[in-house]
Amino acid sequence: MNENIWILTSANAVTIATTLILAALGALFTERSGVLNLGVEGILLTSAISSFLAADSTGSIWIGLVVGTVVGSLLSSIHATLTVILRANQIVSGLALVIFGTGLANFLGKPAEGRTVTTIIEPIRLGPLSDIPVIGPILFTQDIITFGTIAFAVACAWFLFRTRPGLELRATGDDPATVDAQGLSVSGIRIRYTMFGGALIGLGGSWHMLAQSAAWHQAATTNGIGWIALALVVFAGWHPVRLIFGAILFGFCLRLPFTLQAEQITFIPSAFMQMLPYLATLIALIALSRPGSKNLRGAPKALGNPFVRDER
Amino acid sequence: MTNTSHEVVKGPHHSGDAAPIALSAHSITKRFPGVLANDSVDFDVRAGEVHTLLGENGAGKSTLAAMLCGLYQPDSGYMLRNGEPISLSSPRAGLQHGIAMVHQHFRLVERFTVAENVVLGSRNLSFTLNRKSIDDKVAAVAESYGLPIDPQAIVGDLSVGQRQRVEIVKALYQGAEILLLDEPTAVLVPAEVEKLFENVHAMTAAGKSIVFISHKLGEVVEISDRVTVLRGGRVTGHVSGRGTTDTKELARLMVGRDINLSTQRASHPTGHEVLQIRELSLESEGVNLLSNISFNVHEGEMVGIAGVAGNGQRELADTIAGLLSPTSGSISIGGAMATDRGPIAARELGLAYVPEDRLGMGLVPSMSILDNLLLTRDRRIIVDRASVRPEATRLIEQFEIKANDADHIARKLSGGNAQKVLLARELSGGRAATKLLVVCSPTRGLDVGAIETVRRLLDDARSAGQAILLISEDLDEIMSLADRILVLYRGAIVHETRGEAAQLATVGAAMAGLNTEGAA
Repeated sequence: MNENIWILTSANAVTIATTLILAALGALFTERSGVLNLGVEGILLTSAISSFLAADSTGSIWIGLVVGTVVGSLLSSIHATLTVILRANQIVSGLALVIFGTGLANFLGKPAEGRTVTTIIEPIRLGPLSDIPVIGPILFTQDIITFGTIAFAVACAWFLFRTRPGLELRATGDDPATVDAQGLSVSGIRIRYTMFGGALIGLGGSWHMLAQSAAWHQAATTNGIGWIALALVVFAGWHPVRLIFGAILFGFCLRLPFTLQAEQITFIPSAFMQMLPYLATLIALIALSRPGSKNLRGAPKALGNPFVRDER
Repeated sequence: MTNTSHEVVKGPHHSGDAAPIALSAHSITKRFPGVLANDSVDFDVRAGEVHTLLGENGAGKSTLAAMLCGLYQPDSGYMLRNGEPISLSSPRAGLQHGIAMVHQHFRLVERFTVAENVVLGSRNLSFTLNRKSIDDKVAAVAESYGLPIDPQAIVGDLSVGQRQRVEIVKALYQGAEILLLDEPTAVLVPAEVEKLFENVHAMTAAGKSIVFISHKLGEVVEISDRVTVLRGGRVTGHVSGRGTTDTKELARLMVGRDINLSTQRASHPTGHEVLQIRELSLESEGVNLLSNISFNVHEGEMVGIAGVAGNGQRELADTIAGLLSPTSGSISIGGAMATDRGPIAARELGLAYVPEDRLGMGLVPSMSILDNLLLTRDRRIIVDRASVRPEATRLIEQFEIKANDADHIARKLSGGNAQKVLLARELSGGRAATKLLVVCSPTRGLDVGAIETVRRLLDDARSAGQAILLISEDLDEIMSLADRILVLYRGAIVHETRGEAAQLATVGAAMAGLNTEGAA
């Protein structure tokens, strides 16, 4: 068996994990504030095409990433407005955002159909570390966004559990009435982190587009990664660092079908292999969300509940 | 209605008139849609005193307190802090002026530690959290007022009394000079109430002002330096002087008429056994929710189950009602086996059940009184409203339910009236004549007038020969109604006593698990 192909799969798994980590971190921040944003898939798609168009017309990948990030944040602000200010049902609004985002992306993507971006983000080699056999190419030969994302996820854990705003964010997701009684603005915190989360999802979508899939094929571009990201948050027990490992695992599941195809391992039909990541998602969710599961202890208690100060 | 504001001065002022007024509110008026919650109310509190706001539910005391701490803004009127005019736009503004509220429903994040809860929202908190220094600071503040508390404990693991202490420490940590305590004793057992009162004295001795909000006359008399009575949003009286106040007078000011919440017990001998429980145990996920419970309830007898919330009361009631299957043991109603036969069988044996959650489990909030009544009446496929309507109308009249007609939606009833509907449905019998009534916390959240009515209805049912199992966290209620009292602690009966022989201290200690003498 060709060893290189497995190394490449693993390296690709880390690459695809970057999108997953960014999207899941976005969902995690949103959910930690008590807002459930099911619109991740729609945001990913719209950000992807926006970043593509921006990068294509300016010739700069970085402008593309910035545009995609801003678009992600703007789309989430729709969700924030509907659910936090107007107190609409979060599930309905999130699902609407998926439909809206997908439609918008397909519309914007019409002229870009089948085209590719001209430049890609170059990988960085971390000197001698990259020369270590097997691990070198997998972990130490990635681009700046991947390195940055992993470092950022660790920083997010520190932010959540070791800083004052992190404390306030977690309190808002658990018990908004308490936060309100302290004179902090529940709505302000929720809107802020929903938009911040949207920006991360947008960055994930842009990066996925510009560094990876490189060609615009409508829905196939994200392939349900938004939904996997939402499952990943549960899988990680709402903890940013555990998210990294989960994302690599899911990333591997996503890449495996391609490897097996390349290796001409055909005793399992490829259609079934392509189901693997989604099957893994299902199994993980069912196993981890049993009542009393340790994993659910991180779940924000007020997740999905609009906050209304009780008037008498 | 005439504004019957009058002074009843009884004895010298405790803290002396020399103490400066820390906070005063003048001509405060607050309207909510359809309700005049506060009608030109005047109120003040001095440094180092306890000033109580006494009133029934809906009298406007919580609204007034909410304005004093900045949660609501008055429509008109003004407030002075140490003589300077202030305007509080938010609880945060209130805190800046040293005013903090300790809410009845604790504002604590259960998953956080004590220290994290105390510092949450604090202004002088640095960006990064230094846990060690936070823990030390919180412990220091707590100890300086004699409120020992472990800063690293998870709030979700603490008892209700301890959580309240955390709330008070939080207010003190944030520099509160004036603490508003909203019905602080509602959730405490007697021993915890005593501890709270000690803490209150420690705080007033340190010059803090306490605004104590309550509708429990006994404790108000014990703790207050001054009392302001509210009724219907207006001040109906001021009373000064600790311990010298007549509770009857306060009750009259509060309700506007004489009220009788005195002891009521079975006046006639009780009949044969209606409910028999033998060695009943209930286990769930390895936890013993009920262990080896045996007792009887006789015709015309009311047995009270006392205990702090979460010691198995709910499980006991649900098991008797057939909603839970016991792990072992037996239940018989009216001599017939009811164990494990489900709720319909239990009802057919003459069980009536008034659950604690009256507008969730007891009544369907979105349905009318008539339809709620139908739930226990008619099991045919086609609903026949016409046949039940006369009974509904009769019950509304008989139970003095304030509703337009039988089509009144349950959710739109006040708490007291919803409870009356539930009692009316259960007491009047459905598929079988009611023999056994299981009631859980029947007067929780009701005002004094409604409490009086509900207690009278229960007493009437007992006199009519029904067996009643009264499960309540309100020890006063059990002490004044029950013929026999059983104390439930961690799922077991740890104490049994005759109602007339019951000692508050003994029963209270048993509720706290301190005493197992006289175990059944």
